[in-house]
Amino acid sequence: MANRILQALLALTILALALAPLWAGRADLRLLMEVLAYLALAQMWNLLAGYTGLISVGQQAWVGLGGYLFFALTILGGVPVFAAFPLAALLTAVLAVPTGWVAFRLQGAYFAIGTWVIAEVYRLVAAQVGALGGGSGISLPVAVAKSIAETRMGREYVMYYIAFALAVIAVAGVWLILRSRWGLALTAIRDSEVAAESVGVNTMRSKFLIYVITAGLTGLTGAFLFFQKLRITPDAAFSVNDWTAFVIFIVVIGGIGTIEGPIIGTILFFALREVAADWGTWYLMGLGALAIAVMLIDKRGLWGAIHARWGLSILPVSRNLPD
Amino acid sequence: MIWVNAILQGVLLGGLYALFAAGLSLMFGVMRFVNIAHGDFIVVGAYAILTAIVTMGLPPVLGVAAVLVLMAVAGFAGQYVVLNRVLGKDILPPILVTFGMSIILQNALLEIYSADSRKLPTGTFETSSIDLAGGLAVGVLPLCMFLTALAVIGGLQFVFYRTALGRMLRATSDDPEIVPLMGGNNNRIFAIATAMASLVVGIAGIWLAMKTQFDPAAGPARLLFAFEAVIIGGLGNLWGTLAGGIILGVAQTLGAQIGGGFQILAGHLVFLLILIVRPKGLFPRMKG
Repeated sequence: MANRILQALLALTILALALAPLWAGRADLRLLMEVLAYLALAQMWNLLAGYTGLISVGQQAWVGLGGYLFFALTILGGVPVFAAFPLAALLTAVLAVPTGWVAFRLQGAYFAIGTWVIAEVYRLVAAQVGALGGGSGISLPVAVAKSIAETRMGREYVMYYIAFALAVIAVAGVWLILRSRWGLALTAIRDSEVAAESVGVNTMRSKFLIYVITAGLTGLTGAFLFFQKLRITPDAAFSVNDWTAFVIFIVVIGGIGTIEGPIIGTILFFALREVAADWGTWYLMGLGALAIAVMLIDKRGLWGAIHARWGLSILPVSRNLPD
Repeated sequence: MIWVNAILQGVLLGGLYALFAAGLSLMFGVMRFVNIAHGDFIVVGAYAILTAIVTMGLPPVLGVAAVLVLMAVAGFAGQYVVLNRVLGKDILPPILVTFGMSIILQNALLEIYSADSRKLPTGTFETSSIDLAGGLAVGVLPLCMFLTALAVIGGLQFVFYRTALGRMLRATSDDPEIVPLMGGNNNRIFAIATAMASLVVGIAGIWLAMKTQFDPAAGPARLLFAFEAVIIGGLGNLWGTLAGGIILGVAQTLGAQIGGGFQILAGHLVFLLILIVRPKGLFPRMKG
């Protein structure tokens, strides 16, 4: 019963978000775009770390690459905006293949820092690309921005629906993957890699595929984020704090290894930010402390604890034995 | 001659990187645990010596001693109170806790010291140099820094292989589940290991303060250099870590000869190249 109510609540939220341009002002719409983009990033990191155990601290590589590829395609290649989005995502995923080939030589915590080094390499290389402004970055020409809609409000609407689609693709995509046969394999890997291997799951291939898929979708989110900002610089595009630290905090505070966790974490993150962002450094210190507290008190996170306590599940992915 | 000089300076810089890396290597060796805030702790050490000597006006010897004692005690307490509670089979909690610490430390330093870059003035120590044959010269400060790295790694090596404490640390590294059966206390051993690592971090921080400009956000880059030196050298081998630091230092100074933007990039690329060719590092002694 409680699950049904929560599901109805989720459906209502999705409906309200789908109609947001009708009720939200310009500033609210901007905030919602950011929320939805972060939700997509959080779902991707959660799929990677929560299910395959690959803890990446280098997701900013994909956000930055997606953004830079989008700018390169539209500015240098003259590719139309709506073709540039999927192309940027695809190229990011393609680049993730050799990147993963190198990064997978490291395990566990070393993989984490290795991905960070690789993200730094991409940042330093981006700063060397003179055609895209080098270290000082580049702005998107007005013509490119205007190509999606003539009026300012029209552009805001189009961008909002891109963000909305991103979040829906991320949440629904993860949900569908986890409910599939392959999702069963991923859940098995999450619970015990050795056991999964022993019942015939090719853990290495599953992990690599997830690594590449999450890179592509994270790249798509990056393309959107910098299209919305209309300007890209290496430091902003490959920021470890913005695109990885905050995302990890969101997932972990909300509950890693669940679909609901990143949703709750994202809501909490932005609610906190709206209240406390003026505190500047103190807000960030509080966020760090909150993440540490979750690890010390209950590392399953908020939703993990709720699920364990009351058995709630909004987007069920677990299988029950028939009676 | 420019290139020979670049290599020489790179070797000496490698000493600093080995100092960065020794603490990281030690903690991983004993606890199989990577401290994401490692670089930030080095920067804390640098600010601590700056405060002790410039702000409080302590004599250098006293300042250094105070910083080292403070770091070691903080390391011991931090391990005992926080980190021991999250170490285990799951690698996420320690990564996350130290990630949280990293964000907290960076912002706390920003709050206390502002974002300005700082450096510890050392007077003639940093300007004097020794002339070598062929017009080469080595600075006294980088040379002392390199000798410190040799001494620190030699010292750690001695503790590890020649003392009862070292035997305990190696036993814990080999099998943490058996050690308690033999009467060892893992929590205490871990805390001692972190105290030792923090002492080395303090030494690294002091040299960082004298050698280069630093600011509250300087930590993550130091973590990456330390990590690269450890991986290049091979896990579990402290002299290998020194070699890793030197290779990284030389790669960076040679990269800097090509162009300013290439200094750090060259170091990262050499690291990735070695990772591709020799995934276990050049002189591995332990399984990851």
